[in-house]
Amino acid sequence: MSVIEVDAVSKSYPTPDGALDALEQVSLIARSGEFVSVIGPSGCGKSTLFNIIAGLEEPSAGCVRIDDVEVTDRRGRVAYMPQRDALLPWRNVLDNAVLATVVQRGDVRAARREAEALLGDFGLEGFGEALPATLSGGMRQRVALLRTVLWRRPIMLLDEPFGALDALTRAQLQQWLLGLWSRLDHTILMVTHDVDEALLLSDRVYVLTPRPGRVALELALDLPRPRTYNIIASAAFLRYKTHLLRALGQIM
Amino acid sequence: MIRKERLIRQYAVWHDASATWGGTLLRLARIVAPPLLLVAGLVLGWELLVGWLAIPGWLLPAPSRIVAAFVDSLPVLTGHVAATLRVTAIGFGLALVAGFGLAFLIDISPLLRRALYPLLVASQTVPIVAVAPLLVVGFGFGMLPKVLVVALVTFFPIVVNTVDGLQSADRDMTQLLRAMNAGYGQILRLLRIPAALPMIFTGVKIAITYSIIGAVLAEWIGASSGLGVYIARSLRAFRTDQVFVAAFVTSLLTIMLFASTSVLERWLVYWKGNHS
Repeated sequence: MSVIEVDAVSKSYPTPDGALDALEQVSLIARSGEFVSVIGPSGCGKSTLFNIIAGLEEPSAGCVRIDDVEVTDRRGRVAYMPQRDALLPWRNVLDNAVLATVVQRGDVRAARREAEALLGDFGLEGFGEALPATLSGGMRQRVALLRTVLWRRPIMLLDEPFGALDALTRAQLQQWLLGLWSRLDHTILMVTHDVDEALLLSDRVYVLTPRPGRVALELALDLPRPRTYNIIASAAFLRYKTHLLRALGQIM
Repeated sequence: MIRKERLIRQYAVWHDASATWGGTLLRLARIVAPPLLLVAGLVLGWELLVGWLAIPGWLLPAPSRIVAAFVDSLPVLTGHVAATLRVTAIGFGLALVAGFGLAFLIDISPLLRRALYPLLVASQTVPIVAVAPLLVVGFGFGMLPKVLVVALVTFFPIVVNTVDGLQSADRDMTQLLRAMNAGYGQILRLLRIPAALPMIFTGVKIAITYSIIGAVLAEWIGASSGLGVYIARSLRAFRTDQVFVAAFVTSLLTIMLFASTSVLERWLVYWKGNHS
């Protein structure tokens, strides 16, 4: 269980017509075991923010801390799931799932056993030896999530994990992720542009403005857990949704 | 494990096919018959034309004469073919080593890329018929000049395709591996080399079609054995039929090398192609 804190992070890119500001003084926090979503229109620098947290990009100002230790520019501290599944086509499901262990030169055989034991939970029973190209989009996304879980980091970054899926599969996976997360006690930071998805899964939601990305609103959700998909029709859910949509409408 | 599963699947495919042998044969016939009939017709026309117009053998031998020449020179041919294959194998092996080596150098350093690329392109613009005799003069009638000619005509597509293939790795996958804190070598091994394999094979297949021709050309200029020597001797003796034999054998060898590369490709790039 870990806390991740983004402290006044700014990022600007030099361009021929002067600096382009992607992020401006963004501060946010995800506490131990919390599910936090970052929502915003396209071009709000969500991916830049995640790249900075994952250590792939350097912020122009500000810093990232995990459990009060500065980890700005350090890679491999958080488990990261990119927007598209990014499965290696020549590795089967199990080999993809244990990729982080391979890279970190850990005990790959033990990781494979662990992955095999988790296949059922991830709805991949009997597909351990299958190549990614033979799987459906929803299954590939679950393999990517399994790979993220087996990365063995207390903090997970999910970059629009279900963005590329059709609505039905997405609803199915959201519900499944709810159940999975309640058992895993990870701290999760998720980027999404789907208001329903953010409300259904999160404890807190941050709304970012379009370029440059700034925190326009922080909304703590007082919705009961464990949640099921039915919650999206509840009065409280709809109130939060109206609030979020209004905030998004104002900044656009 | 994967390999085993694929073998089983492959077996299942064969098994299915054997259930409908007649159907498979018919389908095969439909694919093979048209080109076969066309070639047969052309050969027949050639044979008849040579007979009717009484074209002399040194100008254009009839197919029957070429076949006879092939059978006659079979004992000599095997030795020449073996010599040519040896030169080709060593030269092509050298091209693979040099090609991959150069490709990785270019990949590691943008400076080397800028320095090497123009030289590599220039090396391909030099006419090989001018370079080959110089190599023979420089290195004698042994193996070396011929091996160098083969390497020179084949390494270029290998370098270019390997460089481009290494650049073709998916951006998201690269980012993911970087986020896992993978180093250059790990990204190369886990992602970029496998991702480059299809393009590398394209380069190797292009290169291998030049390899035998390169060897024959080098032998033609100066050697004691090989298909090139056989061609040179046949030309001097006005044995045009034997030149045709050499031409057919050369193209047959090239086709065989190309086909073996394709088989190797299908085996190594197992994740591409049909997934049943």
